[in-house]
Amino acid sequence: MTKVLVIAEHDGTQLSVATAKAVKGAEGVGAEKLDLVVFGNDPASVSEQAAKISGVDCVRVVSGEDFAEPLAARMAPEIAKMASDYSHLFVASTTFGRDLMPRVAGLLRLNQVSDVMAVLGPRSFKRPIYAGNAIVTVNVPETVATVLATVRTASFAAAQMTGSATIEALESQASDPGHTRFVGREGSSGEGPDLSSASRVVSGGRALGSADAFKVIYGLANTLGAAVGASRAAVDAGYVPNELQVGQTGKIIAPDLYIAVGISGAIQHLTGIKDAGTIVAINKDSEAPIFEVADLGLVADLFEVVPELEKLISA
Amino acid sequence: MKILVTLKRVVDYNVRVRVKNDGSGVETDGVKMSINPFDEIALEEAIRMKEAGAAEEIVVVAVGSDQCQQQLRTGLAMGADRAILVETQETAGPVQPLTAAEAFLKIIEQEAPSIVLMGKQAIDDDCSQTGQMLAAMWNRPQATFASKVVLNGSSAQVTREVDSGLETIEVDLPAVITVDLRLNEPRFVKLPEIMKAKKKPLDVLALDSLGLSESTDFEMASYEAPPKRGGGKKVESVQALVDELKQRGLL
Ligand SMILES: Cc1cc2nc3c(=O)[nH]c(=O)nc-3n(C[C@H](O)[C@H](O)[C@H](O)COP(=O)(O)OP(=O)(O)OC[C@H]3O[C@@H](n4cnc5c(N)ncnc54)[C@H](O)[C@@H]3O)c2cc1C
Ligand SMILES: Nc1ncnc2c1ncn2[C@@H]1O[C@H](COP(=O)(O)O)[C@@H](O)[C@H]1O
Repeated sequence: MTKVLVIAEHDGTQLSVATAKAVKGAEGVGAEKLDLVVFGNDPASVSEQAAKISGVDCVRVVSGEDFAEPLAARMAPEIAKMASDYSHLFVASTTFGRDLMPRVAGLLRLNQVSDVMAVLGPRSFKRPIYAGNAIVTVNVPETVATVLATVRTASFAAAQMTGSATIEALESQASDPGHTRFVGREGSSGEGPDLSSASRVVSGGRALGSADAFKVIYGLANTLGAAVGASRAAVDAGYVPNELQVGQTGKIIAPDLYIAVGISGAIQHLTGIKDAGTIVAINKDSEAPIFEVADLGLVADLFEVVPELEKLISA
Repeated sequence: MKILVTLKRVVDYNVRVRVKNDGSGVETDGVKMSINPFDEIALEEAIRMKEAGAAEEIVVVAVGSDQCQQQLRTGLAMGADRAILVETQETAGPVQPLTAAEAFLKIIEQEAPSIVLMGKQAIDDDCSQTGQMLAAMWNRPQATFASKVVLNGSSAQVTREVDSGLETIEVDLPAVITVDLRLNEPRFVKLPEIMKAKKKPLDVLALDSLGLSESTDFEMASYEAPPKRGGGKKVESVQALVDELKQRGLL
């Protein structure tokens, strides 16, 4: 029997959209039962949000102070103990899921399918490799007791939020190994739309030249109601914080509109945007590889045309 | 203190990889191979720890074919002291993360390192699994996606690049740390170091001599090229761009 457990991701108050996308991906295996597990210190409100995800039968809640922060070392043994009830474990392929699921896999001594982009059947998946330059079909034989997978969120729409799953409290079954402690977190201002799920994104690259100059990107994004993204070069140079990086090793996104400004279009960057609806590129080099994928290209100096673009849009 | 660094031999990141016509894999014949870029960063961090007097010995390890010796030699030239190759049969296909993690665990049992530094992901399989699997099987902490590592005696404070920004955790040693791009910038290898590296010890162990066999349960059924995005058209002016966007209902 196909029984799926999806691991929920949240920040203590808000369920992440990535969870509803992971559920959507997981549904593809044709589950007879699909449960969600929520870990948290006081996850009552998150659990209620989770119970609304369509397709979920039961939200299983493991609470306690140990789970105040999402430490893989604490959660993985719990999930490994639950695994025998399920044929499939799924989590979104965010930094949360990518940190956690392979630790579960290690405990169970099982291989894992990372970044599922298509579900072909209960045990057959497509996933990108080589920065998306190739796609491999992976078949997991019946001899593998539990299929463990992370779901590439850019490949799936979020499940609807019209469900009404039951909520069930679950006792913690493992103890805190005590060797891993949370110290602190610094994050973005939280202003503007979330890069991972925004429908419009404006990204800047090395060409911006400084954090100060990067303000033209924020200006355009603001006018469009878009999230801000960046190339690795712009993050490395310190123009913007790391969480704005788009690409193979940053965020994989699928906005309706992506505007790349002063970005050359290295393969590692392109892999992060290939599911975007419309790609616009602004670059002064007409040979830049970004134009090979851009639906609309403008060969121009960004410092001249971005302010003009902003003006025309707000007009 | 001893540090173990894992070095994976991968297709160089500048190569545009192509799927073979028959869909049986990707073309790797005659293609430039390198150390996985994240693993270079891991090794650089280990070398800096040694230079700072925090570590005495750096051992680099790879799991794969005989050809991985090239990348291990490069690692020795960068500054590692010793190398170990866990050799697999080339016919078995790409080494799975679980196999690599099991091999590393065996090496850890022999070497008892205080820190295992690894890449956060291999740029060929893009799995991002091996470090976490190893930490789980070793029953030790993991600190993934590290952009800063500070050693404090028997523990390490690690800043991690996560989706929401930066997160700092403290892990007791021994621990597995997987590194992200912004941890450091790896040094270039100088010619005299390459010569010296030829004399440094490189041990080769067969995978089965460790009591392991390659995990082959996942079937890589077929490979295909990604759907191509047709390059679109160029517009001549900002006004034309705005008009196009309006026409497509995007403004
Ligand atoms: C292992 C690995 C992982 C990586 N992961 C990522 C990743 O996740 N994301 C990522 O983005 N990169 C990643 N990279 C880096 C990637 O290879 C490129 O180096 C990077 O994307 C380049 O950033 P860029 O386009 O901003 O800079 P550049 O390549 O320097 O391009 C700058 C562009 O700006 C244009 N320009 C300059 N001045 C102007 C102007 N005034 N007006 C208009 N255009 C102008 C230039 O013509 C040029 O095309 C990775 C690399 C490695 C090795
Ligand atoms: N066969 C291997 N040889 C050496 N290192 C490996 C091997 N497989 C994985 N690794 C290490 O594990 C990291 C993550 O790999 P992966 O889980 O495949 O993305 C890599 O950056 C390497 O440091």
